[in-house]
Amino acid sequence: MAAPKKTAAKEQGQDRDNGPPPEFTRDQDLAALRDMLLIRRFEEKAGQLYGMGAIGGFCHLYIGQEAVVVGMQMALKPGDQVITGYRDHGHMLATGMDAKGVMAELTGRRGGYSKGKGGSMHMFSMEKNFFGGHGIVGAQVSLGTGLALANRYRGNDSVSVAYFGDGAANQGQVYESFNMAELWKLPVIYVIENNRYAMGTAVSRASAQTDFSKRGISFNIPGEQVDGMDVRAVKAAGEKAVAWCREGKGPYILEMQTYRYRGHSMSDPAKYRTREEVEKVRHDQDPIEQVRNRLLAAKVSEQDLKTIDADVRKIVNEAADFAQADPEPDPAELYTDVYR
Amino acid sequence: MPIQVLMPALSPTMEKGNLAKWLKKEGEAIKSGDVIAEIETDKATMEVEATDEGTLGKILIPEGTADVAVNTPIATILADGETAADLGKAAAPAAEMKAAQSAPPAEPAAAMQASPAPTGVAAPQSVAEPDPEVPAGTEMVTQTIREALRDAMAEEMRRDGDVFIMGEEVAEYQGAYKVTQGLLQEFGARRVMDTPITEHGFAGIGVGAAMAGLKPIVEFMTFNFAMQAIDQIINSAAKTLYMSGGQMGCSIVFRGPNGAAARVAAQHSQDYSSWYSHIPGLKVVAPYSAADAKGLLKAAIRDPNPVIFLENEVLYGHSGEVPKLDDYIIPIGKARIARSGKDVTIISWSNGMTYALKAADELAKEGIEAEVIDLRTLRPMDTETIIASVKKTGRAVTVEEGWAQSGVGAEIAARIMEHAFDYLDAPVTRVSGKDVPMPYAANLEKLALPSAAEVVQAAKSVCYR
Repeated sequence: MAAPKKTAAKEQGQDRDNGPPPEFTRDQDLAALRDMLLIRRFEEKAGQLYGMGAIGGFCHLYIGQEAVVVGMQMALKPGDQVITGYRDHGHMLATGMDAKGVMAELTGRRGGYSKGKGGSMHMFSMEKNFFGGHGIVGAQVSLGTGLALANRYRGNDSVSVAYFGDGAANQGQVYESFNMAELWKLPVIYVIENNRYAMGTAVSRASAQTDFSKRGISFNIPGEQVDGMDVRAVKAAGEKAVAWCREGKGPYILEMQTYRYRGHSMSDPAKYRTREEVEKVRHDQDPIEQVRNRLLAAKVSEQDLKTIDADVRKIVNEAADFAQADPEPDPAELYTDVYR
Repeated sequence: MPIQVLMPALSPTMEKGNLAKWLKKEGEAIKSGDVIAEIETDKATMEVEATDEGTLGKILIPEGTADVAVNTPIATILADGETAADLGKAAAPAAEMKAAQSAPPAEPAAAMQASPAPTGVAAPQSVAEPDPEVPAGTEMVTQTIREALRDAMAEEMRRDGDVFIMGEEVAEYQGAYKVTQGLLQEFGARRVMDTPITEHGFAGIGVGAAMAGLKPIVEFMTFNFAMQAIDQIINSAAKTLYMSGGQMGCSIVFRGPNGAAARVAAQHSQDYSSWYSHIPGLKVVAPYSAADAKGLLKAAIRDPNPVIFLENEVLYGHSGEVPKLDDYIIPIGKARIARSGKDVTIISWSNGMTYALKAADELAKEGIEAEVIDLRTLRPMDTETIIASVKKTGRAVTVEEGWAQSGVGAEIAARIMEHAFDYLDAPVTRVSGKDVPMPYAANLEKLALPSAAEVVQAAKSVCYR
């Protein structure tokens, strides 16, 4: 098990325990850039649509955390399952779900992934093995452990990845799940996205043990802290965890040290932290800028990068157009899908 | 005077058991704490320890005797200085003890043993109206509800490899109430999984496995403990199909004893019927008879939706006739007329039927013919059967062990008012658990629960008699 360090993510440029992360090939960097950009542009657009009143209710943006889900996804193979909490747009896009369907769900339209009945926090895709989208903080940890139980029951080698935040990490059922996952050696990776704030409460104000990689120690679950702003570090840690699970060794904990640029939800002015703090992370550690800079240093042209950005913007704009033009669900849908 | 050893009770609900084995012989010396015999029920095995010292004077109940009533003298212990000649002295008290024992020990037991009603309607347990699903001439086997539930699970597990059971003590221990007896031996640890005491966690894991397409049966040792898991049951199991626009469902059964057992006080004696029946997305089943327990549990396991299957500890040991069919399934959502009548409709389910049927017997003696409906399923509720009956009788009484406020009886009363208001000759009356946490003291507990007498009184009052 890794010996985690106390250093904050912002002071890190590399994985703590495994030395500098392995370099990406140019194609890997390009793919990561594109996938992270898609999430960022999508979320920016969602923020705009929310401001226009086109999206209702809660809307939790993933901006700043893109490297976590994109890096993890690069470590998975088809058949592996993903489940997360309410900050889920990035996870859906990373698993390959269609931006139109996601955006149309945000606007509550019939073409949304849940036909407009789920909204921002409740979307699913059986096709992409994305199991939600759960609004109750911590619930997805038990559910994700159940997905792993199903894999073991069926004797396949699939792994389930249960994402949750530093806030959810204090829920009781997380530890109930840890216990059973290790007891039964279930192939589940617990990815704790530590973005430093549970809504408005800083980690240090809510957690007696702020090193989340240690949260599995009493269950003998190995864990490590990962620079969640560096997609290469995420992928490398993810691969290690996936291998551990596929070998039948049980669960694995990855604490992804990351940062959310926006408020907890759209209605959060984020007064619990300074503007300078946010700006510093953006300036020093932005996950997308890191990849851009690497690509530029590797002589990829500014124009090529602009083309990627333009492609992504096109996808997002089309999704936004669709999500606003698509009709609301038929009133008859009110009573469908309650039972099978 | 020789000391009598009485047949012990393993639990407050045990009424009889088998004397499996004597470990001491007549004439052998006995010290306090010695194990002298083994007792077994269909639920558990227990050793009988001597609490007195002396010599085992006489064995009154030979080993291998089945169905020995609790408190029956099973042996006498001679104190120092006493001889076999003294044995006779114990005989008289023993006879008294037996006489006392033949009085009904508790309300439910009395009802289950009730003799056929004077009207010719069959005894409650053997049930008046045959289920339409059972072809005439079908052979019936007598089973306890506990066995019927186990057989239902075993049959479904044989039929479908995706069905498995998880819960506390379901495997090695053979079930806290022995409902899963033998399943581990037949299906192995992969499909019969002991969990730690961690209701919230294992309920969530069960739901997750169901989302992945498996068909878990999650046993709660009692539904009282399921309150720790109720978020996963409602927010995850019940709502996901809707929230996913029909994409991702959850075929899962949550089962276990619900409601009051006996003498376990407030935290272990609560009826959750109305709690779960409130929730769209859940189906809620609460059988009373052994046949229904089997047929409905099989239906619940096959149902593609989350099903709350409310059992009752008091009823586990009760026997009934179960049709001997390869695949006996009772559709969820259908009530059963347990007894036909024309004067008043009594509606209940689960252990409430005990009071309802006993009351119907009493009412018949006074010339009131009650129609008793066993709801069997609380959600979806078979409104049609209730309304058809009320249109015939013009009067209705609901019987439930749970509290009246926002209870199932309140819901039934509202439906009758909505659909049969013009047919009512009297206001619908509710008999329910009293509006207090369940007390421990035997007399208070009895008062807190509904009784057949209260049902009789309510039925008479709606008949203006």
